Amino acid sequence: MRSMFSFRAEGGEFIPPSSKDFVLPPIFGDNEFTTKPIFLVIFSVIIISIFFIAASRKASIVPSKLQFAGESVYAYVRNDLGKDIIGHEFMRFVPYLFTLFVFILTNNIFGIVPLIQFPTMSRISFAYVLGIITFAVFHYVGIRHHGIFKYLKDILFMPGVPKPVYILLTPIEIATYLIVRPLTISLRLFANMFAGHLLLMIFILGGHHLLEGAIGLKLVSPFAFAFGIAITFFEFLVQCLQAYIFTLLTALYIGGALADEH
Amino acid sequence: MSHILIAAGGAPNPLLPHSAEIVVGFIAFGLLYFVMLKKVVPMFEKAFKARTEAIQGGIERAEKAQAEAADALVQYKEQLSKAQSESQALREDARVQGAAIVEELRAKAQEEAARITAAAHASIEAERQQAVTSLRNEVGALAVELASKIVGEALDDQARQSRIVDRFLEDLEKSK
Repeated sequence: MRSMFSFRAEGGEFIPPSSKDFVLPPIFGDNEFTTKPIFLVIFSVIIISIFFIAASRKASIVPSKLQFAGESVYAYVRNDLGKDIIGHEFMRFVPYLFTLFVFILTNNIFGIVPLIQFPTMSRISFAYVLGIITFAVFHYVGIRHHGIFKYLKDILFMPGVPKPVYILLTPIEIATYLIVRPLTISLRLFANMFAGHLLLMIFILGGHHLLEGAIGLKLVSPFAFAFGIAITFFEFLVQCLQAYIFTLLTALYIGGALADEH
Repeated sequence: MSHILIAAGGAPNPLLPHSAEIVVGFIAFGLLYFVMLKKVVPMFEKAFKARTEAIQGGIERAEKAQAEAADALVQYKEQLSKAQSESQALREDARVQGAAIVEELRAKAQEEAARITAAAHASIEAERQQAVTSLRNEVGALAVELASKIVGEALDDQARQSRIVDRFLEDLEKSK
């Protein structure tokens, strides 16, 4: 919203979109719980719940179209991300993986839904929340499965490695398990959504700016818009992919924590 | 916080979290997780289970039906071969019995014929004997009467009379 006014305010000079454009002001007064990203997250929970409750409420052997649609997504997460990666104990984690996948997917796709057009996960807070939960879940699962002593020992001293290597390996392992994993999983999601949205803004707002310029610039502006549309399709791919990757990594971390050999 | 929030060029640092968003993020995700855990996943799992059972049940039923059909086939074949051998035995039996009946009837007929022949012979013999006796008496009386008429001599004496008759008959037989 702000950018739509800011690039005009300078009297014809184009101001490229920046991280300012991701800081949306509260809709109601100063209440910082009433920003657009927060409303979008709440909205996503409502529509996801309605859709999947409707799809599964009368789940039967021969599915209706709605049930089939919901069930396909569920079966994909359950079998391809849960069963194939975690192994025989997968069923405990299916609700979490499924919630993750549909939550991230919906909030990502908000980025290209007309009128909404804001990927919630480009606000890093939400990506951190999910990263923290995944971090907590896979460590909790590992400690419950192996006992705290063995779990820590397996992390600090990876079995089957010559002793001198631990000097190098142990710090790396500690960093991997405590910092790198939760941070990268959050940042990857955030950065993809952030960059994608920035890219879209550049082409759409740039096209708009060109349209208001001289005649020569007006002729170029359709190309900017066309590219913006192409990027939109590309963004859709990235949005689905990032939901998949986040869920996949979570499943891999859980599977790793449950595995008897690291 | 504000000095960190504003990075170089006045743009806010996008890597710093926002407390309201963190709170809402946890609550929203938690709620969604609860809905999935309690409402959605169990229903889908129920449908999956029912589907698996339906397919397995169908396969089992088909296998059972096939096994039953195979059993029935074996049974029918057995019955058929049994019936065939039975009918073979019956035919053989009937043939043997038929031959026996014919044989018996022939024997009976022969016996009957023999009996009838024998009876006929006996009756002929009896009649002949009767005829011989009656002829002897009558021929005797006639001859005596004739002789007495011819000879003119009364042959009152019984003994002599019969002697004469016997002699006459002997002569008669000899001359035959």
